[in-house]
Amino acid sequence: MAQNPGPLFLARRTYRRRRLMDIGRLMPFLGTFLFLVPVLWAGSVRTSAGLVYLFVVWGLLIVGLALLARPISRAEADPEKTASHESEGAEEP
Amino acid sequence: MLSFNLLVAICLVYVAFLFFIAFAAERQAASGERPWLRSPLVYTLSLSIYCTAWTFYGAVGYAARSGLEFLTIYIGPTIVMLAWWGALRKLVRIGRTQRITSIADLISSRYGKSTLLGVLVTLIALIGTTPYIALQLQSVTLSFAVFTEGGPETLNSTAIWVAVGLTVFTIIFGTRKLDVNERHHGVVAAIAIEAVVKLIALLAVGIFVVFFVAAGPRDIAALIDASPIDVWELRPERWMTLIFLSGAAFLCLPRIIHVMVVENADERHLATASWAFPLYLFLMSLFVVPIAVVGLAMMPLGANPDLFVLTVPLALDRDGLATLAFLGGFSSATSMVIVAAIAVSTMVSNHIVMPIWLRSVPSGATVSGDLRQVVLVARRVTIAAVLLLGYLYYRVSGGGTALAAIGLISFAGVAQVLPALLGGIFWRGATRVGAAAGVTVGFLIWAWTLFLPSFGESGVLGAEVLAAGPWGIAALRPQALFGLEGLDPLVHSVVWSMSFNILAFLIGSFLSFPTPLERLQGASFVNALSPGGGARSWAVSGAGAEELLVMSQRIVGGRDAQALFEAEAAEQGKGGYLPEVTPEFLERLERVLAGSVGGATAHAMVAQITGGASVSVDDLMKVADEAQQIMEYSARLEAQSDELRRTARQLQVANEKLMALSVQKDAFLSQISHELRTPMTSIRSFSEILRQSEGLAPEDRQRYAGVIHDEALRLTRLLDDLLDLSVLENGQVSLNTREAALDAVISAALVATGVEEEGLVVRREGGGDGVRVITDPDRLSQVFINLISNARKYCDAERPVLRIVTRDLGDRVAVDFIDNGSGVPGDAQELIFEKFSRLTDQQAAGSAGLGLAICREIMLRLGGSIRYLPGQGGGAFRVSLPRAEARAA
Repeated sequence: MAQNPGPLFLARRTYRRRRLMDIGRLMPFLGTFLFLVPVLWAGSVRTSAGLVYLFVVWGLLIVGLALLARPISRAEADPEKTASHESEGAEEP
Repeated sequence: MLSFNLLVAICLVYVAFLFFIAFAAERQAASGERPWLRSPLVYTLSLSIYCTAWTFYGAVGYAARSGLEFLTIYIGPTIVMLAWWGALRKLVRIGRTQRITSIADLISSRYGKSTLLGVLVTLIALIGTTPYIALQLQSVTLSFAVFTEGGPETLNSTAIWVAVGLTVFTIIFGTRKLDVNERHHGVVAAIAIEAVVKLIALLAVGIFVVFFVAAGPRDIAALIDASPIDVWELRPERWMTLIFLSGAAFLCLPRIIHVMVVENADERHLATASWAFPLYLFLMSLFVVPIAVVGLAMMPLGANPDLFVLTVPLALDRDGLATLAFLGGFSSATSMVIVAAIAVSTMVSNHIVMPIWLRSVPSGATVSGDLRQVVLVARRVTIAAVLLLGYLYYRVSGGGTALAAIGLISFAGVAQVLPALLGGIFWRGATRVGAAAGVTVGFLIWAWTLFLPSFGESGVLGAEVLAAGPWGIAALRPQALFGLEGLDPLVHSVVWSMSFNILAFLIGSFLSFPTPLERLQGASFVNALSPGGGARSWAVSGAGAEELLVMSQRIVGGRDAQALFEAEAAEQGKGGYLPEVTPEFLERLERVLAGSVGGATAHAMVAQITGGASVSVDDLMKVADEAQQIMEYSARLEAQSDELRRTARQLQVANEKLMALSVQKDAFLSQISHELRTPMTSIRSFSEILRQSEGLAPEDRQRYAGVIHDEALRLTRLLDDLLDLSVLENGQVSLNTREAALDAVISAALVATGVEEEGLVVRREGGGDGVRVITDPDRLSQVFINLISNARKYCDAERPVLRIVTRDLGDRVAVDFIDNGSGVPGDAQELIFEKFSRLTDQQAAGSAGLGLAICREIMLRLGGSIRYLPGQGGGAFRVSLPRAEARAA
């Protein structure tokens, strides 16, 4: 059965939500990359420096996830709105 | 130094406290209101069973031995949590909609509720979990040993008592009832408390070490630089393998799936856990390196770094802190054992015991008696058995370093489920055969290359097998498979097992063909996040609602089953407890049963009663056909209604035309009467004059006779025209077709009309190159004459000009007659070609309105056309006719 591909153009707010979800999907790749960077320095770096790098990266990723968690799950919580009011402008603050 | 007895007392008080928490949580859950049990915080904390005693104590030891490599164990799960939006959410959604009870159930449900896969995954989980439980027992025992001088006897008895205590707790809270959702509120609450305890314990030891033993972070940095682990000896292959492995284990470990998917009460909790759980891991590992370097610096050489968390505070006479640390380690061990035992026992009872029982009892599902008891007993026995196995493993392996390595070995074992799991939720093409092949192959390679060698040279594999391979086949050496030597054994095993696992999974999936149920399940798993339900998995059958009720009562209990059936009957508009057995109802019922006994067993039980009337290929095709037919039908309806609309429009146009024609015809009848009467009147009167008047002058008589003659001619011309038209319309005209120059025909027409002498300016454009057409020149000339004389008659410009333009339209030639008058108004443009139509009565004499009708008929016969050409700044007609070349071709 043919699937409805949804409307072609979205309101600005919905568009932002979609991009937010894209960021959500990209997070693991970003994390993997950052955590694999030390492989490039293998054997040439001190433990203390490596420790600082890993924990800073880790902390930033956690902050990123925390910032993302609420808006992204809110965006998903009302799919009705995102689905049926695509073409309307933003009405919520 | 704390006395051993005091420590035991503290432990007992702590355990009693946990019992109390668990009971309180159960009671709160039973009363219906459970605000804090449902909070995302509790969910996040329950995920922390990932951090076992191995990570609590072992991480420090790991860091003391290998530096920062220990962090990979935490980085893997962090990356998995980073993928919560893309992957975990789907897993949790599937778990909720399919009522998944365990990782084995997840895999088995995805691949057509396959019993085989359920058994396979259960075995892997069992083999992977048992050493892990042994490891927990070991760490608790070792931590006890730190406080006591007791010999091995004491250690063994400690292990036994810990195992027994854990068994009791797990059985009490893990198998209290057979929940349709398989949720254990008491256990989750206790785990959450334990998670807090272990975090606080480690943080407390860490802060103590950093700020009270050392003089703050700077001092720690100096200590790191002075320690044996000052340079980060990162081995890329191990770094990457360990991150992959810990991430894979986080997805596949039965206990993680249990808390993350099965115990999940609200999908939104995952959003909070997505950052809160990495934060938990972050905090858990924050002080690991400081504790390790401080321990290395101050403890005597040869002290076990695995116990620094305990021994460092003890060495500084901080008994309170040491006790807290001990409780932290105790919590880590116990929470892991409890959840792992529940998860494994659920799998064993649902995927091994129930299928065997169903098969061994003839017509198993239909007899009466409470089945719940069978399930619960199976689980209790399994829990005890798993813990006993763990204890035996601990005794047999004799503790020590062999056991310490088991954590990663166990990870690598359960990671073999990963391809089937991820393939199952993202790829519809993954099949049961592929999944079984992948899991089996991966598991065997893992066992051969990592698990069996882990027992050492005195273990299952002898020294000569390890060194030279089985039967001297060097290519099969466990730690140098296919001659891949010099690699770290763990990396070696993971690379080979995962490669062959994925390969077998892909090849198996490509080559096999899934059963209908498998395809349905595959679709509903892969499309779990898109709205709209999957297809039905049951065909309409003659199953008795009563038999189903009997069976359901035995699994979910009388009250729940009756409520379910009653609600279903009410929804169908029936009273009583026996609803119509519809496919939808069977599907819902199966889901409920699956929550208690697992998908495969539930399916098998329902199938026994419905006579195996599960969905077949034919049913699938029928559903697809129906949908196809409906779509075709609606498309056809649409086409038909389009056609109807078109026809209606045409009819309306035709009707309007008919009305206009009717009016026109009436007008013509009076017109023609008039036309015929006028000449007839003058002929009659003049002939009367001629007859009655004897004495007419000859010139008068001549004149009167001339009038009569003229009028008779006019009558004749009118009748000729009518005749001509009727001949043309009936197709009886004979054409004298030949090739002619278009130019010459136009010139002849111009000469024949003589308009140029009468003041009409004629301009000819184009066509000078002698276009040749095949036509009847006389007839064509007739058309041109008509158009030219029309221009003369009707052009109302002060200085009338007629442009005759010849155009080349490809295979046709067009001759446009354009005057500079006011032209024909839009609504009349269609009518002027009809018979007897005249726009005005101006200069009506001599025309009956037949000219253009005749022209149209002639052009039709000649294979061309004549049309009014609007928008030319005056009256314009286009005559188009085929060229000679095209005609000849």
